[in-house]
Amino acid sequence: MDAKIPAGPLAEKWASYKAHAKLVNPANRKKMDIIVVGTGLAGASCAASLAEMGYQVKSFCFQDTPRRAHSVAAQGGVNACKNYRNDGDSIYRMFYDTIKGGDFRAREANVYRLAECSQQLIDQAVAQGVPFAREYGGYLNNRSFGGVQVSRTFYARGQTGQQLLLGAYQALMRQEAAGKVQLFTRHEMLDLVLIDGKAKGIITRDLQTGAIERHGAHVVVLATGGYGKMYYLSTLAMGCNASAIWRAHKKGACMASPSWVQFHPTSLPQSGEHQSKLTLMSESLRNDGRIWVPAKQADERAPNDIPEAERDYYLERRYPSFGNLAPRDIASRAAKERIDAGFGAGVMKNAVYLDFSKAISEQGQNKIAEKYGNLFTMYQRITGINAYRQPMLISPSAHFSMGGLWVDYELMTTIPGLFALGEANFADHGANRLGANSLLQASVDGYFIAPYTIPNYLAGELQGGKTDTDHPAFEAAEKAVRQQLQQFLQSKGQLPADHFHKTLGKILYDYCGLSRNRAGLEKAIREIKALKEQFYHELCITGNERINTELEKAGRVADYFEMGELLCHDALTREESCGAHFREEHQTPEGEALRDDENFCFVSVWEWNKGEPVLHKEELVFENVKLSVRSYK
Amino acid sequence: MQQNTLPQKLWMSATGLFLCVFLVIHLLGNLQLLLPAADAKEQFNWYSRLLSGNIIIKVIAWVLYCSIIGHAVYALLLTLQSRRANGTRYVYDKRGASSKWYSRNMGLLGTIILIFLVIHFKDFWYRYKFTDLPLDARGQPDLYTVVVFAFAQWWYVLLYVVCMFAMGFHLLHGFFSAARTLGLYHPKFTRWVKVSGWLYTVVITGGFIIIPIYVYFTNS
Amino acid sequence: MKLTLHIWRQEQGASTGAMHTYALTDIPEDMSFLEMLDLLNEQLMKQGERVIEFDSDCREGICGQCGMMINGRAHGPLKHTTTCQLYMRSFKDGDTIYAEPFRAAAFPVVCDLKIDRSAFDRIIGAGGYVSVSTGQAPEANSIPYAHETAEAAFDAAACIGCGACVATCKNSSAALFTGAKITHMALLPQGQTETAARTQKMVAQMHKEHFGHCTNTEACEVECPQQISVLHIARMNYEYNKASLLHK
Repeated sequence: MDAKIPAGPLAEKWASYKAHAKLVNPANRKKMDIIVVGTGLAGASCAASLAEMGYQVKSFCFQDTPRRAHSVAAQGGVNACKNYRNDGDSIYRMFYDTIKGGDFRAREANVYRLAECSQQLIDQAVAQGVPFAREYGGYLNNRSFGGVQVSRTFYARGQTGQQLLLGAYQALMRQEAAGKVQLFTRHEMLDLVLIDGKAKGIITRDLQTGAIERHGAHVVVLATGGYGKMYYLSTLAMGCNASAIWRAHKKGACMASPSWVQFHPTSLPQSGEHQSKLTLMSESLRNDGRIWVPAKQADERAPNDIPEAERDYYLERRYPSFGNLAPRDIASRAAKERIDAGFGAGVMKNAVYLDFSKAISEQGQNKIAEKYGNLFTMYQRITGINAYRQPMLISPSAHFSMGGLWVDYELMTTIPGLFALGEANFADHGANRLGANSLLQASVDGYFIAPYTIPNYLAGELQGGKTDTDHPAFEAAEKAVRQQLQQFLQSKGQLPADHFHKTLGKILYDYCGLSRNRAGLEKAIREIKALKEQFYHELCITGNERINTELEKAGRVADYFEMGELLCHDALTREESCGAHFREEHQTPEGEALRDDENFCFVSVWEWNKGEPVLHKEELVFENVKLSVRSYK
Repeated sequence: MQQNTLPQKLWMSATGLFLCVFLVIHLLGNLQLLLPAADAKEQFNWYSRLLSGNIIIKVIAWVLYCSIIGHAVYALLLTLQSRRANGTRYVYDKRGASSKWYSRNMGLLGTIILIFLVIHFKDFWYRYKFTDLPLDARGQPDLYTVVVFAFAQWWYVLLYVVCMFAMGFHLLHGFFSAARTLGLYHPKFTRWVKVSGWLYTVVITGGFIIIPIYVYFTNS
Repeated sequence: MKLTLHIWRQEQGASTGAMHTYALTDIPEDMSFLEMLDLLNEQLMKQGERVIEFDSDCREGICGQCGMMINGRAHGPLKHTTTCQLYMRSFKDGDTIYAEPFRAAAFPVVCDLKIDRSAFDRIIGAGGYVSVSTGQAPEANSIPYAHETAEAAFDAAACIGCGACVATCKNSSAALFTGAKITHMALLPQGQTETAARTQKMVAQMHKEHFGHCTNTEACEVECPQQISVLHIARMNYEYNKASLLHK
């Protein structure tokens, strides 16, 4: 796989690319149509930036307004190497932290560019009016986040994602009002249309009227987020889905390392059969909370009745230097290890304790309330438990997908004219993402990278004229979409789409979750195939082809089966442990991940072949860092 | 046709606040009724004649009439607009739980005040202006006796007291609401206005309630 | 617990709707209100009926997509809580629950409990932004402003656009939504240059969308999941009055 990385020293690659990228004459820009699917940070910022440059943009989202995209839920902050603290931060250090955090499975040039553009992003967001925290002197404040030794995280209380998204959303609405962006809310992309091998449009369904529509353009941008919702119980929103990227994959866009899915260590555990999502509790709680499980298996006592001597502070025990602040993948895996070994807490024995009693006795309840008051209130609202008196129950849950559509340095997929931005691409995080890097990557892709690389592609497309939506390719795609919807509507089974989604989620949690092994993954593939078979016979859908939530869900679940299979296949073929991917066969005697740089220093790039995926490899070349073992002991 | 309601709201607050100022003057004048009977009669009748003859007072009086009418008309227009803005009604509506009852019922309170004004104008203003009142010892029209006669009837006093309560609640919300409409957003001053609003309301309402009750008990 | 539910069903915007009655049993108290509706929908599907359409997305109280009138209150009986953060422990065995869409002329019903809140987007589009294009931004620390200003701006900017303020308002006013954005921008130096024009445009759009006027009942602040202060409405009025007096 050729990632088209510019030649030259690492620090000059992006500058050199920008200097040589082709441009489109301002007069020609308004003749060029660009479709952007998704209005999260990546989608909204890309659509707004391109519209500001003069292109005609069509922006799509399935929510009722662009401002609801799931970037809104990111809490902690956004990283940028401004070095405002004079603590030795630099582009290189941020680049190195990200590469190392990703367990040396990311592309050097991309990560360096991410760090480089991070500085500009803060400027852009501040200019838009994002109310980042300020110090008393009026200058920007920072905090530190897991896995790094400098303070480079900018934040707006616990709602940084929301504030950054509102900035991008407002920029988008400004362009919409100016007539540069056409907004299609409550629209779902159901297929990608290729003409002569190039992405030229999409087929959408208006979720309000049920109308199937054709939209043509010169470029299609997918910024549709991650696929963690495949696990059903996750920190993602109910509507998050993989359909856009999956359908693009089936049209020829390769998928990169899809099994790299991050599990967040501090979400609320499942409490019952009907639960629809796992609420994320900010990771910052780990700064003052101590994580433990009972030292005795299946201990039925209330947490406060378990004496200190009978508690196992397993993170402090296993990782004395990082303790409760071990990186996400490590903390999540350690929790799972204890739960699986029978030491889990809570009614379903599926959680661990996050205890604040020590912090409260040392700092006082007021200080703790000041720092985390809103989280304690939220916890009580959801569970009915007062966490000032009793430890919280937390458990790991599916959170972020490092994998996604394979893109080259220009963020273009293997289909010419199809770009993937933000969490939808496999991008810059390698096998594990550092906290506060996801908002950064989404924004940088949309504000600063796509506005250079998309025109570079468009400069070669000036001759073609408008895309004709009467082209046979559109006709065929629309027909296929209608057929699938009809098939669902005619399905006469008894089981709702959610049932299949939940069952699939459970299979994935069990066999392709925090830790994986060959036998489990093979079993998962068999079970998913069987479940898919059952789905097409026993699915129940009521209502008609107009507004119909169940019809939307069915399409998404159908895609999850296929993609879930690929996830397992990807995990099965990666015979090493790296980042979020932990193969039980590949661990040290102490139970730590064992990476195999000799044989697996590549990104697995999968090509769709009717369920028999074909593997391509993008070899990762490290010229600027030395591969080392991640140790947090 | 939907209009920008903010200018209409400004007129509401401007007229409302003017009426608030008028109420102070009106109360100060009426407090003369609390003097010993003989002094009260002389003072009150003198004061009444002073008000009817002065050109400045005449101008203010016209502003007053316009304010009352303007306040009511804009209120009506705004209410009609909010009806349209509401669309379909709720089947089950417990929204009242999240606000004070009098803040939601300014229209109703206002209507009670309007009805009261009609009675009030008819009984005193109209009789003073358009009928021949008997003269007092100093040759001034004897409004005092008219007032005392009216307040000697218990039901009339009761009517007054009830209407004054309606006015009190109207003032309580109206005073600070007007400040909001004018744009008073600073939390500190907002607190001051809230406190002043309470004081103002208690003094004005209390004053207007005491007068008929005092007159009733001292003359029966 | 056992519940009787009265839920608004309306095929589509143009059709007339009505309350329908449903019964549910064995509802655990640690279930969320929306999960309870999910369960009801599952039952409806088994009976071959069309599911109840309602909006929800993040289900952690930040996206603003969920929202309905529950027992006559916006987002249900709790203060400062979104519908998705309402749990069944707020109800008791044998309760009757009424669920209706947020109602306002500016929020037409799409289907059942789903409504169209795009009027809010158009208010933002009218001026709820700083006119800065990508690439124009100066160095972030070159625009210092006080810690308190940043906190106050954040308080205003925290609005999630759920529409509860409109739903609970007796006049269906969008003053809190619009006021919060105007305040957010007016507080920050980078937003101040456009304040007068922004305020006039946003207020005009607010009325064009057929929202009502504000009578300061302050119900919106009580129901607002983000506790946005009603003082932002006063700030909007201040900026509007100032703009009307001084702006051309």
